[in-house]
Amino acid sequence: MGVDNPLGDNVITTSLDLLVNWSRKSSIWPMTFGLACCAIEMMATGASHNDLDRFGIIFRASPRQSDCIIIAGTVTKKMLPVIMTVYEQMPEPKWVIAMGACACSGGIFDTYSVVQGIDEALPVDVYIPGCPPRPEALLFGLMKLQDKIMTERNSFGSAIGLGERYIPETA
Amino acid sequence: MAENNRAVVKLKEKFSASIIDVVEFRGEVTVTVAKDAIMEILSFLKLSLQYNLLTDLTAVDYLGKKEERFMMVYLLYSIPNKDRLRIKTPVSEAECTIPTATTVWKTANWLEREVFDLFGIAFSGHPDLRRILMTDDWVGHPLRKDYPLQGPDREPYKGRLS
Repeated sequence: MGVDNPLGDNVITTSLDLLVNWSRKSSIWPMTFGLACCAIEMMATGASHNDLDRFGIIFRASPRQSDCIIIAGTVTKKMLPVIMTVYEQMPEPKWVIAMGACACSGGIFDTYSVVQGIDEALPVDVYIPGCPPRPEALLFGLMKLQDKIMTERNSFGSAIGLGERYIPETA
Repeated sequence: MAENNRAVVKLKEKFSASIIDVVEFRGEVTVTVAKDAIMEILSFLKLSLQYNLLTDLTAVDYLGKKEERFMMVYLLYSIPNKDRLRIKTPVSEAECTIPTATTVWKTANWLEREVFDLFGIAFSGHPDLRRILMTDDWVGHPLRKDYPLQGPDREPYKGRLS
């Protein structure tokens, strides 16, 4: 081939986008935010048996330090403004995971007081079905989010103020 | 035997004109009284008959089932005598207001706010009559039977046809 390892064995060449995406997907810091029984399952996923830390997923206590919010539970109309405030406090880039039937569609709570799916208010990246989803399902959803982050383009350019981040449509 | 209940005996003595009905079912005594006398009866029950704990205060909507639409329910407990009593009083939709029980039991404050929020019954003399469960800007009272289950802004669910 044209380039024949001119930098030695300890140097890897890659694109800046790939580097940025890789570091982002390897340090998804979700907001510590639970709403209902799904939050118990989310905590179980974070605990030692399933151990989210091995993905670099560390729950943060402040939205200012978070780049992902897991909507873990039933969203009532009274709670929605609180969630919106927390979401708006998170710095870009940020991702949203709708965990469980309630966050995806309102679930069994087809009533006047419950938001029929958080996607009425927030741009959801990953939907995780289940009532509640098992930790394996949440892990799979988070890995789907990692895959999605890796497809993003111009991640580096947008970070230094050159153009917008481009997220290809996923099937 | 509701007739031998200590509270029923005293109430019949003192407020015989205001007692609408006395029922005992599986040891639970329920006295239905007229709304006009509710304050005197409640304070008498607390001060003279030692019903010093208001366990719960709620309402029932009998839309289309009874002449007077709402029924206020007071669940009382006497700690010294270890017995319970249920007081009910009808509230009509036209005059949807009742004196507050906060002057008798402090606990009634939030319980009456809940009834006001969900049934729309106003409590005259209440120190802080605001919604407690729904948001401040909510329109309507969700536990009323004519409130649409899925909210006023949605098509009602019609089973598998919808």
